Amino acid sequence: MKKYSETHEWLEIKDGVAYVGISRHAAQELGEIVFVQLPETGAAVSAGQPACEIESVKAVAEVNSPVDGTVTAVNTALEDAPELLSEDGDAWIFAVEPSSAAAGLMTEEEYKEFLG
Amino acid sequence: MKTVFEKSSAEIKGMEMPAPQVEKHIFAEGLLRDGLRLPELSEQEVARHYTALSKRAFGVDDGFYPLGSCTMKYNPKLHEKLAALAGFADVHPLTRADKIQGSLALIDTLNSYLCGITGMDAFTTQPCAGAHGEFLGLLLIKAYHASRGDGARTKVIIPDSAHGTNPASAVMAGFEVVHAGTDASGDIDLDALRALVGADTAALMLTNPSTLGLFEKNVLKIAEIVHDAGGLMYYDGANLNAVAGVVRPGDMGFDVVHLNLHKTFSAPHGGGGPGAGPVGCKKALVPFLPNPRIADTDEGFRFNYGKRSAGRVSAFYGNFGVLVKALAYIVTLGGEGIAQASETAVLNANYLREKMSLHYPIDTSRPCMHEFVVSMKKLKDDTGVTANDVAKALIDRGIHPPTIYFPLIVEEAMMFEPTETETKEGLDRAAEAFGEIVRLAYADPAAVKRAPVTTPIGRPDEAAAARHPVLVG
Repeated sequence: MKKYSETHEWLEIKDGVAYVGISRHAAQELGEIVFVQLPETGAAVSAGQPACEIESVKAVAEVNSPVDGTVTAVNTALEDAPELLSEDGDAWIFAVEPSSAAAGLMTEEEYKEFLG
Repeated sequence: MKTVFEKSSAEIKGMEMPAPQVEKHIFAEGLLRDGLRLPELSEQEVARHYTALSKRAFGVDDGFYPLGSCTMKYNPKLHEKLAALAGFADVHPLTRADKIQGSLALIDTLNSYLCGITGMDAFTTQPCAGAHGEFLGLLLIKAYHASRGDGARTKVIIPDSAHGTNPASAVMAGFEVVHAGTDASGDIDLDALRALVGADTAALMLTNPSTLGLFEKNVLKIAEIVHDAGGLMYYDGANLNAVAGVVRPGDMGFDVVHLNLHKTFSAPHGGGGPGAGPVGCKKALVPFLPNPRIADTDEGFRFNYGKRSAGRVSAFYGNFGVLVKALAYIVTLGGEGIAQASETAVLNANYLREKMSLHYPIDTSRPCMHEFVVSMKKLKDDTGVTANDVAKALIDRGIHPPTIYFPLIVEEAMMFEPTETETKEGLDRAAEAFGEIVRLAYADPAAVKRAPVTTPIGRPDEAAAARHPVLVG
């Protein structure tokens, strides 16, 4: 089940791996996504701090990591097909091994309420 | 339309080169290319090609061009004549100083006027555009702190409404960027700023008025907070057209300033010509200005080379032709004229905003400066028509689109800057065109989404162009 940050990223733990993506709301607001600058595997990321960048026809946006940890994998499919982030709500950007428990994230209902 | 290279034909010659007057030099093998791919067309075909291109272009000489933050004001044609004078245009930049006293006097005079307009103590004309000026300004700030043995100042504070060039320049100059939040009214949050500044603060970069078109009313308090923490204040002159001749950045507490001569001082820009981003500073930073500096001595103007300079940032003295045009502008208008231009730019923006608010809900409670931002979120929620669609529909009505989706802190942003050179009738027509599009969006949103229909190309595939750019000629 996805948990959401106030900066519109989601974190989902599947088979013991924590994946990070952007919410449908974020993808819609960005418009057509043209480039994803993936983080490097092994890079340290901090909760609420930029981990990588997404470029759309409108703007360049930073993607914050929802949790402290280390990047263990990146979704290289996005290099050739950044549009997957717009088309597929489950498209992940990077996987992270958390070094501490995620805090302050919202459930889907809470996030919808947060969006208003 | 074919490119000039695609139209090229090997059998055609538009130009006969004169026979060489010097002996042919044999270069070592590998130093020369096999041949240069130049298009070959008759003079008539060349003239037709560029005439056709010019008909497809849109400039400030074609119609209303309210591109926010770019200050697309009229470029007086007299300036072209002056910049083309042989004494200016044909000078080689390596000419000895004593042979180009007029050109040096021009730069020196311009510098002194810019000091007067901004309240700075000295200027350099080396930077070739705004972001280049930002970069130099930050190098001056870095050199200043370093000269005091204060190496801990590594952070530059930038509000979230700033131009994207500000954080980019700060990173290029080797600083770490810290974002300062703005409050609901678009001003910098002072309490948050107090918590941000400290012994690691190198500078705060501020555009005033901001990209929201609002005058930062707490600027003196902001300067006090930053100065008390030992940091310097950097003024991004992108929006000087709202306040030139009325209030000086030096009196607002700024230590370093860059100006965009191609915006505020009427030199053509965009596709029309190069820019110029002179940088001015207060006395304490003068030793770090780039070499060479022009000195007014008893024997005339000379080049001076200071030992503490932060370094040269471009060959020679900047885009000289732009400097000629800027000086002509300043001399033509005079101090009162420049103030009147700023006041008219602000009046035009408020007038246009007021007229547009008759067609669409726009908050007009706080006066704007020379530009204003409209959120098309309500239109998008109601009809699905976005800021992008409205911009495209304006093209069909003979208006260059405003800046869209900037500043990022406003959803579905459209940023209008009419400048002082538009007539009341032109502003009335623009407001009416905007209203017509809003009404069409509610009646037939698909029609707005089809726009533009009057241009050779309707909607280029922006996403495909960015994802798969074709970068070969």
